[in-house]
Amino acid sequence: MSFGSLPYDIAHLLGGAVLLMSFVLLYQRRLEAVIGAFAVQGALLAAAAFWQGFAQGAPHLYVTALLAFGAKALLIPLALRIALRRLGLHRTVETALGVGPSLLAAIALVGLSVLVVLPATAGQAQALTRENLALALSVVLLGMLMMIARRNAISQLIGLLSLENGLILAAIGVQGMPLVVELSTAALVLMLALVAGIFVFLLRDRLATLDTGDLARQRGEGEAP
Amino acid sequence: MGWLAALLTQILHLALVLAAAPLVVGGIRWLKARMMGRQGPHPLQPLRDLAKLLRKRPVLAETASWVSRAAPYLGAAAALAALALVPSFARGMAFAPLGDLVVIAGLLALGRVAMALAGLDAGTAFGGLGAAREMSFAAIAEPAFLLAVLSFAILAGTTGLEPIGALFQEGSLGLRVSLGLALVALLAVAVAENARIPVDNPATHLELTMVHEAMLLEASGRHLALWEAASALRLTLWLALLSAIFFPFGTAPAGFAPLGWLLGIGAWVGKMALLCLALAAFENAIAKMRVFRVPEFLGTALLLGLLGALLLFLSTRLA
Amino acid sequence: MVEPLLPGGEPAILLARVPPRIPAVLTALLLTLGALGLLALAAVPLARFAWGAAVVHGGVLAAALALAGLGLAGLLAGAMPPAALPLSVPTQVAVDALSAWFLLVVGLAATCSALFALAHGARLAPRLLAAYPLFLAGMALALVAADGFTLLLGFEAMSLASWVLVAADHAQAENRRAARLYLAIAVFGGICLVPAFGLLAGVAGDISFAAIRAAPPAGWTAAAVLALVVAGGGAKAGLVPLHGWLPLAHPAAPSHVSALMSGGMTKVSVYVLARVLLDLCGPAQPLWWGVPLLVLGAGSAVLGALRANLETDGKTLLACSTIENIGLICMGLGLAAAFRAADLGVLAALAAGAALLHALHHALFKSLLFLGMGEVLHAAASRHLDRLGGLIHAMPWTAGAVLVGVGAAASLPPLSGFASEWLLLQALLAAWRVQDLAFQVLGVAAVAAAALAAALAAAAMVRLFGLAFLGRPRTPRAAGAQDGPWLARAALLLPAGLTVILGLLPGPMLDLAQGAVQVLVPLGMAERGGMLAVRVGDGGARYLPLAIAALLAAMAALAWWVAKRRAPASVRGPAWDCGFMPPPPHLPFGDPATQPSAAGFGQPLRRMLGGTLLAAREAVAMPPPGDPSPARLTASFADPADGWLLAPLARARDALAARAERLRGLSLGAWLMLPFATLVALLALAAWVGG
Repeated sequence: MSFGSLPYDIAHLLGGAVLLMSFVLLYQRRLEAVIGAFAVQGALLAAAAFWQGFAQGAPHLYVTALLAFGAKALLIPLALRIALRRLGLHRTVETALGVGPSLLAAIALVGLSVLVVLPATAGQAQALTRENLALALSVVLLGMLMMIARRNAISQLIGLLSLENGLILAAIGVQGMPLVVELSTAALVLMLALVAGIFVFLLRDRLATLDTGDLARQRGEGEAP
Repeated sequence: MGWLAALLTQILHLALVLAAAPLVVGGIRWLKARMMGRQGPHPLQPLRDLAKLLRKRPVLAETASWVSRAAPYLGAAAALAALALVPSFARGMAFAPLGDLVVIAGLLALGRVAMALAGLDAGTAFGGLGAAREMSFAAIAEPAFLLAVLSFAILAGTTGLEPIGALFQEGSLGLRVSLGLALVALLAVAVAENARIPVDNPATHLELTMVHEAMLLEASGRHLALWEAASALRLTLWLALLSAIFFPFGTAPAGFAPLGWLLGIGAWVGKMALLCLALAAFENAIAKMRVFRVPEFLGTALLLGLLGALLLFLSTRLA
Repeated sequence: MVEPLLPGGEPAILLARVPPRIPAVLTALLLTLGALGLLALAAVPLARFAWGAAVVHGGVLAAALALAGLGLAGLLAGAMPPAALPLSVPTQVAVDALSAWFLLVVGLAATCSALFALAHGARLAPRLLAAYPLFLAGMALALVAADGFTLLLGFEAMSLASWVLVAADHAQAENRRAARLYLAIAVFGGICLVPAFGLLAGVAGDISFAAIRAAPPAGWTAAAVLALVVAGGGAKAGLVPLHGWLPLAHPAAPSHVSALMSGGMTKVSVYVLARVLLDLCGPAQPLWWGVPLLVLGAGSAVLGALRANLETDGKTLLACSTIENIGLICMGLGLAAAFRAADLGVLAALAAGAALLHALHHALFKSLLFLGMGEVLHAAASRHLDRLGGLIHAMPWTAGAVLVGVGAAASLPPLSGFASEWLLLQALLAAWRVQDLAFQVLGVAAVAAAALAAALAAAAMVRLFGLAFLGRPRTPRAAGAQDGPWLARAALLLPAGLTVILGLLPGPMLDLAQGAVQVLVPLGMAERGGMLAVRVGDGGARYLPLAIAALLAAMAALAWWVAKRRAPASVRGPAWDCGFMPPPPHLPFGDPATQPSAAGFGQPLRRMLGGTLLAAREAVAMPPPGDPSPARLTASFADPADGWLLAPLARARDALAARAERLRGLSLGAWLMLPFATLVALLALAAWVGG
């Protein structure tokens, strides 16, 4: 498969769109828009999985697609929206790193992942797989970047989830990847999400803020305010 | 015979775009009004405005120099020259060898500088403000444009507009993420260059939020008409550029082919109408951003262009 | 890989290489150099007479014209064998195509400068009068040198003579500071270049260019030579991070000297970079050979252009724009080296041609702009943008000429700046053809940097022209300014005319530079577009300036015809200004402060880029409510290179210790950052090792 053949083109396009949504996540300033972008990313991921299932003739990928769509595009964004409304958060994203610098860092990270993946997989895998790996690694790195560049717990949670999107993207691109691995990955990260969710509520109760920067004061080393 | 066909195509093209320019502006205004449930002015209203302005006596500020008088002609000429190079309904125009994307960027810069100097000429506060903002935003829009051009140059091996269009029409490239990113970058640049929402509001009457209009506050009569015409031509240019690069379907081949030309004109009008509709819908759906958010917006376009080129290396290295 | 010749057989220029004229050119050159030396000696007694300055400047003018003519002759005649200088130490001079090209560049810049000096020739101190011919002689000697010693001799003579000229107005403390810094940089350049030639000479100790070419450096010697020459030549040329002296020194000198320094002297430094790195070190250097020049050039281009948008002094602004243009030229040279290493002959020739052409174009339009600012300084007694304004009414000739220079510096078609910028951008857009992923990525960043620099330069030039020449006068002196005498106008009109002509004819100029390009890229065949066009390879992009100019003219005529057909004549009225009241009669130009100020015009770029790149700050001091005094905006910036150069190492050590101490009190985000950074570093390592 290479350029010009439809399966490749569509898979390439969807992978790129998932990466683009990672950039949108970093660009947005309002929490609601961040959640919306995350939902779109989930839907795109589901579409990518669906297309891979169709192209590779692997029906189990349809399950992945369904799971991704249900969880990433519908349930989690919905839950986050409800949390947002209930908590009455002021809705701009608090950034630890400005939008411009974090986008610049994101570009550098994409460049880095291209530089890493291409030589590392030279002559070993199909073109599509190699490209998918590069895109997926970029999405993972951008997720991590988002966790660092944002101070709000909800944004950090979304960063983590989009990181997991990257993992799924990597998994669906490899031919013959068994479903088990994906389910376990997904479950693991969902667990993490749960933990993070509880963490959000606890934080809210105890500290009346979602700024994780305030946690530093709770370590017992310094003076409590 | 060949050169005759080329000349004929060029003349037809010029007539077509000259007729289209006021319609594009008026059409978008009308579509926007309709979407908002208003009656809206007639789509031909810009043409009537131009005719009215051309008959009026221009009033020049006492402090203005010959720059104010010459700049409108230069601005209109630059926009028109650039538009003459962008193919619309057929290839093989007489000026096609001149149609280079970097040259088009240069012509746009020429028009921009002419307008900024005209804004500064009378020595008023708002003119200078608009000129400063316009030149500063262009400082980021221009690299974003050139990075998008880089993606085309890598794929087509040249920055010539016609080879790029022909390559894309052929369709052997397939769908590419980098092209999508280049498209997004070009759209953002187009929005900024044409002073559309969310970067600038073409209908604003609040001087402090203006960019483009602030430079024209002192222009009147035929000078204002020329500036309005230049901005209509520039909008048409960007839409034509987008359709020439990304949607070159239906473009007639070079040579004398009246039937192909008719089809090409039909396809071009259809594409332009769709782009106008998309622009109107986009403008209605979004609010104008704060002036100092604009660099971020354009910076993102720049980074997307960069990302597109990076991903292009990724995919070209795979093959 | 040898690129095939173009169809049509031998080009005309190769046929024109007639050997018999060779000694004549060299003899004339040596005579000119001697005459300049004698002029410098004679200047000391001549300075006593009122007409002395006119004699010296006239002599320099004749010498500059001779140099330009000899450069042209050398380009047409081809290479000639080295000849010994009549000195006791073994020295050699030779004129090959590269020397001839730069002789033409320097000669043209010096012609304009001398013409201006002749027009404004007041009585000058003997040291200034003597230094001026020496300055030109030093530059010419450095250009025609055929061994390391002669090159350094000329280079240092140039540096010292120009130092005397920079210190011309040493009564002012800031000029003294500029001169001190300038001398330090000049000495630094010498300190770097001397060991570089020592390394090039090797154990044999022969520093003639022929011997160095025969045994080019390799391995660590080559790396050391590269570092030393980039540092030494780059410092004199104004490459980041050693550019700090340029915005101080160029404005401090008298205007005609500023023009020659910006137009000529920086080109001599570029010549040294090109000669040593591309010619003497041979074509067998690796791909990374061009990377330092490319990266530093890109940095200079962006930083210089941005700084030009923040400076409030007209000549300092122009000096910053020089940094930008030198950066662009160096990008072309670096790219040529990289393409040459990757066996891409046509592209290497394209990049080298772009660099050479831009050197010529920049020499002309920057001389023009500096001389124009000099004229403004004479007439309006200030070069501060906030004290000028409205000069287009009072000085129409100067304004018209400067407008041409501004258009070229803003790289607008069809002027000269755009032609060379187009070539450079085309070379950059082809950087991906080098089959090395890291270089490709670098090339993408370089495209962005070059485009950013060009657009920033356009903003800076609009700012310069708009604030100095348009609008209303900000001071009474600006309102009462006048154009200079006819000779001074000629000094402006000559480069302005050349800027227009060269912009329309880049193809023939590229043909003329063919020999010089082949010195830099021996295997590269430059594309010859012929009379009308410049182009990239066969079937590649083309730029036809004459056709573009004709198209623009036709469209302007069309617009004129449509608009003027039935239009009534225009009338004058008070400026509309959104309904603000016209000025009262006692303020005939209105309140000058209701116009954009130099700091105000730079505000958007200061906020967008200045904060991160130049540590720009701005503060508004608002009066308390009820107080009718105006609010004040103060804006400042600090070039990071200055602090970088002057910052003592001890402070860095202290900061490091403090930072290590702070590691204990990190926040959660920072803790997350640590493993992330480690991961990224490891990945980078993997990329480096794996790639």
